[in-house]
Amino acid sequence: MSRAETTVRREDGARGPGALWTLGLLRSELTLTFRRWRTLALLAVLAAVPVLIGIAVKIETSDGSPVGGGGAEGGGPAFLTQITNNGLFLVFAALAATLPVFLPMAVGVVAGDAVAGEANAGTLRYLLVAPAGRTRLLFAKYASTLVFCLVATLVVAVSALATGALLFPLGEVTTISGTRIGFGEGLLRAVLIAAVVAASLIGLAAIGLFVSTLTHSGVAAMATTVGLLITVQILDTIPQLSVIHPYLFPHYWLSFADLLRQPVYWDEVLDNLTLQAVYAAVFGSAAWARFTTKDITA
Amino acid sequence: MDRDAVSAAVIETRGLTKRFRGGQLAVDSLDLSVPAGSVFGFLGPNGSGKTTTIRMLMGLIAPTSGTAALLGHPVPRAARSVLPQVGALIEGPALYGFLSGRDNLIRYDSADPAADPRTRRARVAAALDRVGLTAAGGKKAKAYSLGMKQRLGLASALLQPRRLLVLDEPTNGLDPQGMREIRSLVRELAADGTTVFLSSHLLDEIEQVCTHAAVMSRGRLVVQGPVTELAAGARGRLVVTTPDTAQAARVLKEHGVADLTVARERVTGELPPGDVEPADLNAALVRADVRVRSFGVERASLEDAFVALTGEGFDVAG
Repeated sequence: MSRAETTVRREDGARGPGALWTLGLLRSELTLTFRRWRTLALLAVLAAVPVLIGIAVKIETSDGSPVGGGGAEGGGPAFLTQITNNGLFLVFAALAATLPVFLPMAVGVVAGDAVAGEANAGTLRYLLVAPAGRTRLLFAKYASTLVFCLVATLVVAVSALATGALLFPLGEVTTISGTRIGFGEGLLRAVLIAAVVAASLIGLAAIGLFVSTLTHSGVAAMATTVGLLITVQILDTIPQLSVIHPYLFPHYWLSFADLLRQPVYWDEVLDNLTLQAVYAAVFGSAAWARFTTKDITA
Repeated sequence: MDRDAVSAAVIETRGLTKRFRGGQLAVDSLDLSVPAGSVFGFLGPNGSGKTTTIRMLMGLIAPTSGTAALLGHPVPRAARSVLPQVGALIEGPALYGFLSGRDNLIRYDSADPAADPRTRRARVAAALDRVGLTAAGGKKAKAYSLGMKQRLGLASALLQPRRLLVLDEPTNGLDPQGMREIRSLVRELAADGTTVFLSSHLLDEIEQVCTHAAVMSRGRLVVQGPVTELAAGARGRLVVTTPDTAQAARVLKEHGVADLTVARERVTGELPPGDVEPADLNAALVRADVRVRSFGVERASLEDAFVALTGEGFDVAG
């Protein structure tokens, strides 16, 4: 037996699929994700949100009146009042509007479908006998989901920037702290915020992937993931449960507004990133443990 | 020693057992041995454990106990190095409907660590050509007919030169012309030295292409061996065509022919055990003034052997 084992190991080493092959699988995953009509439709909806916000603000302020009337500075990252002065604020407003619902829903759909969708279509068994390798396949799935998180966030940001630039003037940015920074630095902050927003979805992506390994139905996995998201967000608003709030993955999501302070207030942003990393580690491991030992009967 | 073992059996299982969580025993201590270079027919009624066995061989399901080896290496442990040499069609094809046939193959090929990306396009084109799908390669797979999907599934099993092909019901959904093509493809592959492991519910199909066969029933292996030996296990039947059926039946009975049945101008019966020369029976009939129109022994089909072994109709779920 030991002789057979060493033979196998040597062959493994000689064949050495290596990084190049993993990249090939990842590329295949990305192509697959972004060629689905569903993905493109999700991205189209995300791109439409900033346009709608922009148009709504434009119409409402066309008679010269201020937006809403309230919207005290620092009282929540709505940023709506600032949009008419500076189109760049549409980026922040759009990200603040999509982060609680649209973005995580899109991620829940893509992550939930990742493994369960393949199982449902039966393609999973052919990938595994190819043999893709369960760990590598899961890794490629997670990596492509993370790429989707980034792309989805960028779609919102870029669409918002384009709409903002078209409908409103661009210029110096007034930070939440009241100081002013140049447009160039403002744009840099926008990029940083988009990156943090995308990173905020890392935890949910891992949860979705884990749920996806539990079922053979892509729809069930998507619904469960999105249902979990809504439940956790409700829990996050119940004051009696404040003890557990810091451990809920959406708790620090809107902390990205702190990046618009001068100087930048990092504490909650870092708390958010740490929390996302913990969720990714826990649910990523759970997904791995489940997927690598599971009987594939679909 | 090791080398010999490897070349002798392409698939080897020892006490392979799978009990599902519900407690159902799907495969019960299976000792299967598929010789290299054979076309191996894997038979059994629905629910007899064929597919579970195939899934265990391909590393999709973990056995409850027992071991399985493919090409001399244990699975699922060595699956990574063995499976690139194995092409498989398991429980029908599965495709990405929104991708073209060609892109489906590219997708599966990029999942194979042993596949060279530089030759990918050429190999995909060759595989499409081999199953006659070159013209339809650019069409979306959801527009394919069942037969075309089946062909595309076969093409994905043929993306690389394989040492072993595991084909689960490969002619499912194909028209008679397509079935014939698949059979000749299987023969062609076997002639190139590829071992073909073929599960089918079409017994005559197995009989036409297979050199070896195994029969499963209720999760257990009933028998395995060369097809000629299996069919020989069930003895042939004597068939006499004559207008004088009553007389013929009497004479045959006197000579020890059992289980006689008379239908119209046809008398059939089981040849008596021992060395009975059918020509002597014919002579006896003629001596008794039976006008014999035709006389012969019908070779036992695999189906007869199958029914004799499992004691049940073929499509009975076990």
